[in-house]
Amino acid sequence: MSILIDKSTRLVVQGITGRDGAFHTKQMVDYGTKVVAGVTPGKGGEQVHGVPVYDSVAEAVAATKANTSVIYVPAPFAADAIEEAADAGIALIVCITEGLPVRDTMAVYHSVARRREKNGNGKPRLVGPNCPGLLAPGLAKVGILPGHIAKPGPVGVVSRSGTLTYEVVHQLTRAGLGQSTCLGIGGDPIIGTNFIDALTLFEADPHTEAIVLIGEIGGSDEEDAAQFIKRHVHKPVVAFVAGQTAPPGKRMGHAGAIIAGGSGTAAEKMAAFEAAGIPVARIPSEIPGLIAEALERRRSRAGAKRNAGARPKGNGGARRNNSARGNGNAKSSAARGKAARRS
Amino acid sequence: MNLREYQGKELFARYGLPVLPGQVASTPEEARDIASSLAGPAVIKAQVLVGGRGKAGGVKLANTPDEAYDRARDILALTIKGLPVRKVLVAQAAEIKRELYLSIVLDRSRKLPLVMFSSEGGVDIEEVARTAPEKIVRYHVPLEGLRAYQARALFQPVLKDGSLVAQASDILLKLWRIYSEGDCQLAEINPLAITPAGKVLCLDAKVILDDNAEYRHRDWEGWRDREEETAGERLAREKGLSYVKLEGDIGCIVNGAGLAMATMDLVKHYGGEPANFLDIGGSSSPEKVTTALKIITGDARGAGGASRVRAILFNIFGGITRCDDVANGIVQSLAQSPLAVPLVIRLTGTNEELARKILADHGLTATTEMDEGVREVIAKAQEVAV
Repeated sequence: MSILIDKSTRLVVQGITGRDGAFHTKQMVDYGTKVVAGVTPGKGGEQVHGVPVYDSVAEAVAATKANTSVIYVPAPFAADAIEEAADAGIALIVCITEGLPVRDTMAVYHSVARRREKNGNGKPRLVGPNCPGLLAPGLAKVGILPGHIAKPGPVGVVSRSGTLTYEVVHQLTRAGLGQSTCLGIGGDPIIGTNFIDALTLFEADPHTEAIVLIGEIGGSDEEDAAQFIKRHVHKPVVAFVAGQTAPPGKRMGHAGAIIAGGSGTAAEKMAAFEAAGIPVARIPSEIPGLIAEALERRRSRAGAKRNAGARPKGNGGARRNNSARGNGNAKSSAARGKAARRS
Repeated sequence: MNLREYQGKELFARYGLPVLPGQVASTPEEARDIASSLAGPAVIKAQVLVGGRGKAGGVKLANTPDEAYDRARDILALTIKGLPVRKVLVAQAAEIKRELYLSIVLDRSRKLPLVMFSSEGGVDIEEVARTAPEKIVRYHVPLEGLRAYQARALFQPVLKDGSLVAQASDILLKLWRIYSEGDCQLAEINPLAITPAGKVLCLDAKVILDDNAEYRHRDWEGWRDREEETAGERLAREKGLSYVKLEGDIGCIVNGAGLAMATMDLVKHYGGEPANFLDIGGSSSPEKVTTALKIITGDARGAGGASRVRAILFNIFGGITRCDDVANGIVQSLAQSPLAVPLVIRLTGTNEELARKILADHGLTATTEMDEGVREVIAKAQEVAV
């Protein structure tokens, strides 16, 4: 299965008549996503690849019961589009658009967060901006991730990048490791959904068995994620951090990918993961091997548990996925407790 | 975009912040003329975008216009942390009784602007944060904006004196306007100085603008024009490519920022040195490819005119980017101007087969795996080196 999107996703495409919006609408329809509506102000009544176009998100929702939105409108109008989707009651808003001024994103981030707090049900959620969106292999595709590189399976992928995500997903698929959901959270300094949010969702998803986290230089989200994983994530995680050779003070393409004031380096982030006992791939092609090992351990552990039947504690196989963690007795038994809850 | 000190001070002056008069000079003669127009001694400051200018000898006092000439000549001959000094700011010198620090920066974790004020000014704030964190006062600006009483509350415990608190509060409120209206990611005054006469002055200005907001700030182009860009950087910006020049000899042309960084890392991992970061972006066109090749081969030339780049790698993962567009770009580019160095191409994804055919028709081949492509380009570069 998947996180955030699945067969019940009913998608509205904001900016559907634009070049990118129209192109990706076709890709998403072809993938089998239920694209129920498009929105472009002033173009209501038209059709794009068989999808009806409305003048506003509110109209689209009223007519089609859309519950998810994907945004391709140009940057100067993107914050407004996010706000409009939230106002219309959309539960998941995925902003693909790149180049939003941080001031705009900051305002809309807090606006969405306030609504979520008020609703108390985790909705609406914003993914992005400046992200490739989501792909739940075999179920739905919301955004621009190419569908053919992925296949259904147990690995959750979360990344700040676009094409690097494709690269990793491609390598996982070639190694026979399918994905539950591939989620690109975006390369901007402020994003709606961060690593911790994604990890929480993957941890709760019964079909995700291992998680790949792809970070990059800038900010401290990776460090925060490392701490969070140590405390709250029981599924194995493999991390990779791009930008080990990036010079300080230069924006590396993504607005958020910058080493500022000497902090936000790849070395710091890799060290944070390692300190939390999370295996770090030094190069992307190490990721499939590390994930395969983690899955192997997890499955043999589950098997041992089944074989052990009602046997009480004391099974060493219940240790966590890597030796750097759980080396103290207290920790090991805590890990066993977690494993027991899972099975 | 990072503003130089003199540009930042122009912005400050526009909003009524207290900066001392001064102008930028490119020659010692200009520096002398500016100094003679100022009242009293002048301070000559290197205009380079790195910290630690003072320690590197890039900030000097001149008591007379002739001294200004000499100091400017010395500073203009400097290279600070690899950056040649091309301009100096000649400004009226101030008497300083006390140095403070004041800035507004985006706090990415809290997703709010953060005001930082320190009684320890004139030094690196990261250093203060490490050694004496208690000397830094932090205040997150609420979404509604900054109010005068909030500014006063920030300064009162440290400055105490009514006049100083009032002046500093006025400065902070103006700095807030610059930061918020001006789409800054950082607006920093270090030092914020108190003179013996009890006046508060902005003696330096460090401003980083949010490039994404440039479309609503027509005046920024003016800052940019006066910035020093290499020909390659200018071409990249005009054509919408992200480009950062590095010191290595393996040229990298990649689609997507994350993959471009990972490619550089992989070059290093396998024993090479990347010459650049270059992201040709999500959507592709043959023109972007020819531009990318032009940037890399052109910008890498050293003083003698010989290119530092010994081999070039294309690493393309086709999604929105179509591999055939890239292949066409490569073929067209080579037809226009043959490359003097070996080229290694890695292509995977959208229209890959078509791309291979286009390349094969022109005697070129491409690998499918990233690691393979990187190892090959390093091997080719080494052959060239030998």
